[in-house]
Amino acid sequence: MAQHTPLSQFEIKKIIDINLFGFDISFTNSSLMMLISTLLIILSLFIATKNPKPIPTKLQLFVEGIYLMIKKMINDNIGHEGQKFMPMLFMLFLFVLFGNLLGMIPYSFTFTSQIVVTLFLAMMIFFSIIIVGLSKQGLGFFSIFNPKGVPIFLSPLIIVIELFAFLARPISLTLRLSANMLAGHVLLKVLAGFIVTLPLLFKVLPIPLIVILIGFEFFVAILQAYIFAILSCVYLSDAVKSH
Amino acid sequence: MELVAIKYIGVGLTSIGMLGAALGVGNIFNALLGAIARNPSASDQLQRSALIGAGFAEAMGLFSFVIAILIIYS
Repeated sequence: MAQHTPLSQFEIKKIIDINLFGFDISFTNSSLMMLISTLLIILSLFIATKNPKPIPTKLQLFVEGIYLMIKKMINDNIGHEGQKFMPMLFMLFLFVLFGNLLGMIPYSFTFTSQIVVTLFLAMMIFFSIIIVGLSKQGLGFFSIFNPKGVPIFLSPLIIVIELFAFLARPISLTLRLSANMLAGHVLLKVLAGFIVTLPLLFKVLPIPLIVILIGFEFFVAILQAYIFAILSCVYLSDAVKSH
Repeated sequence: MELVAIKYIGVGLTSIGMLGAALGVGNIFNALLGAIARNPSASDQLQRSALIGAGFAEAMGLFSFVIAILIIYS
């Protein structure tokens, strides 16, 4: 029983052992899934836009739909000057989306459930906010800690609260994505494990429930990728717009 | 009491965090139903924002799950 706990699906296994200057940079199953998802993204984008037709094929429709969705999201949240973040947010959304969806294949690995991966993505957003904000607005960037219309005697308290809210952003981005993926997969495994203990005749009964839950997990996978992209977009709008 | 027992009691207590997430998600869909009943033509737009809000509210409950895992494996 020890090797079949619901959490064993998140175990990282080394495929190729690489040790460089004392750092362990082995090629693991997590990196394999990341490589596969990146290759799938590049391949699908390449095939879809190779010879675009007036009446789009299904793949072209999918890619164009996602492109327009991200473009509209940036236009709504940041405005026209946010279009230079388009490539970053587009790839971020697709990377998280493919990671979540590839993880739904049985016996594959969900790399977005690893805190390392999501923390890296969130820190990338966090530092780009700071760098873009400082280079665009200079020291005026720090006015996000003191919003307009705050009474002067309240502002020391507000500055502390806003500072902690700002520092908690990458942590909440990280935990939201990885906890959703982790909890969903653990839930599926635990409920599937209950079926095994049932008597033989009743094993068919819970299958509709499991199917509904798997559908719900697909919905959560897409929704979390969207939330990750839209939150990075909202956070970036802080850096670009002056207050 | 043994230390291990206290640890598992603590892990069980983190499930209270689900209460907050349930209240939040229930509140969102309560407001959604009220809004759709008043203005059915806006239901498409309302549904989209409500689902995003539900995703946010649900994540708050999942943070308690993260804490539970941290307690178990520490």
